[in-house]
Amino acid sequence: MATGNGGAEKTRVRVTVNGRLVEAEVPVNMLFVHFLREVADVKSVHVGCDTSHCGACTVVLNGRAVKSCTLFAFMADGGEVLTLEGLRGSDGGLHPLQEAFHEEHALQCGFCTPGIIMTLYDYFGRGGDASEEGLRRALEGNLCRCTGYVNILRAARRAAARLRIPRKGLGV
Amino acid sequence: MYPAGFKLYRPASLEEALKLLDGFGEEAKILAGGQSLIPLMRLRLVKPSYIIYLGGIDELRTIAVDDGMVSLGALTTHREIAESRVVAEEAPLLREAASVIGDVQIRSMGTIGGSVAHADPAMDYGAVLAAMDGEVVVASVKGVRIVRFEDFILGPFTTRLEPSEMIVKIRIPRHGNWLTAYEKFAVRPGDLAVAGIAVAIRLEDGIIAEARIGVTGAGEKPFRAYNAEEALVGAEPGDAEAYKRAADEVYKECRDAPSDERASSWYRREIAKSLTVKALRRALDGA
Ligand SMILES: Cc1cc2nc3c(=O)[nH]c(=O)nc-3n(C[C@H](O)[C@H](O)[C@H](O)COP(=O)(O)OP(=O)(O)OC[C@H]3O[C@@H](n4cnc5c(N)ncnc54)[C@H](O)[C@@H]3O)c2cc1C
Ligand code: FES
Ligand code: FES
Repeated sequence: MATGNGGAEKTRVRVTVNGRLVEAEVPVNMLFVHFLREVADVKSVHVGCDTSHCGACTVVLNGRAVKSCTLFAFMADGGEVLTLEGLRGSDGGLHPLQEAFHEEHALQCGFCTPGIIMTLYDYFGRGGDASEEGLRRALEGNLCRCTGYVNILRAARRAAARLRIPRKGLGV
Repeated sequence: MYPAGFKLYRPASLEEALKLLDGFGEEAKILAGGQSLIPLMRLRLVKPSYIIYLGGIDELRTIAVDDGMVSLGALTTHREIAESRVVAEEAPLLREAASVIGDVQIRSMGTIGGSVAHADPAMDYGAVLAAMDGEVVVASVKGVRIVRFEDFILGPFTTRLEPSEMIVKIRIPRHGNWLTAYEKFAVRPGDLAVAGIAVAIRLEDGIIAEARIGVTGAGEKPFRAYNAEEALVGAEPGDAEAYKRAADEVYKECRDAPSDERASSWYRREIAKSLTVKALRRALDGA
């Protein structure tokens, strides 16, 4: 465990992770990303940087995309979190975002993918449109070192079509 | 890296938080959204002994309109501000600034109180709060005081806040009927501004009766560019010469623009100048 925080004070944290209640006594200085990976055993949540820039750790907390590396676990106490593992399509299979990433070959190493999908999940869920500008702005906080983003944007547009999201905003 | 350990306090009310602050003074750090403090703690540049986490204090999460002011609880997030109908109608400049801070994940957590307390000289709210003469409402066990935003910020990452005090509210005069624009330039999307310019114009009989210009990123702290404002009064919307005069004044007033890894002082001043014209054009387009 990459913690190195022996002796730190502990606190009780209860979080609903993908519909399952996870409760534990954890060090106060434990970051939420480590709570998710090591306590809740949710391994799609990645750590890609030390500076809150890459977005590989993005999860949806209480309905909003956040960088789980820039939160202490106790800050999520009482909350509900959705990660890639919790996404489902209406038929119980892959979510349209996951399908679209697969079909458009929108990943190479895949390290950034869970974070990008969770950011898009939040964006479309809140009425974001499938315009080039809207999608580019939505993904400002997610870095991909492999793909050059072109296929990621294609996948986002393909998912949007399946989710019946307009290409251009309705001015909301 | 893992932040160093600390002793955690989670007050459930403002009163409790103020008592804790009074007891600990400088050894305690307030934690709001964590979007500036946690990155610093991860790099172990900051190692507070005590953390007072404000997240449980619901009375600090409010947006209200009263006597000519829009009043935002310190814990209101950038995202709540960007998505608020009331803010869009009554304080459109604040909505614009909130919606270009960092990226969406940062905006989900970061708060207006934390941004003002952190006092980054390039904070996006800075241009807006300077332009409109925003106010910072500060509390301690002794009571409440109100400080004008521009006086509250002393310089890079320094404010008038005493160790026993915290920010409870940010207030900004309503400006829904002014013509406004906030223009920011950053090297990469999601970065802090090289410079940012907020303009607000009030017309009377088709002539500029009052102009406000706030600058962020191109000084030791955000400030109001009074000479640039004056250069606009009496001009008509669309008067390119007047825009240029204002932009030249902004350039002069940015004499303390810092040089750092993001931009040289000269570059920041040039950017501030061109953003001034851009913002004026957008605010006054079609007026
Ligand atoms: C990747 C990244 C990009 C960013 N880009 C931008 C940008 O483009 N523009 C921009 O303006 N900002 C940017 N920021 C900073 C962001 O706006 C922060 O959210 C904000 O500066 C701090 O708010 P917070 O609630 O997260 O405060 P915290 O991190 O919790 O606290 C910050 C500081 O303020 C103090 N504090 C917090 N609340 C109070 C209070 N109520 N009273 C007294 N003291 C208090 C804390 O003790 C600490 O010293 C960025 C940050 C990151 C990580
Ligand atoms: S790990 Fe890079 S932003 Fe969280
Ligand atoms: S696919 Fe490798 S970082 Fe995005």
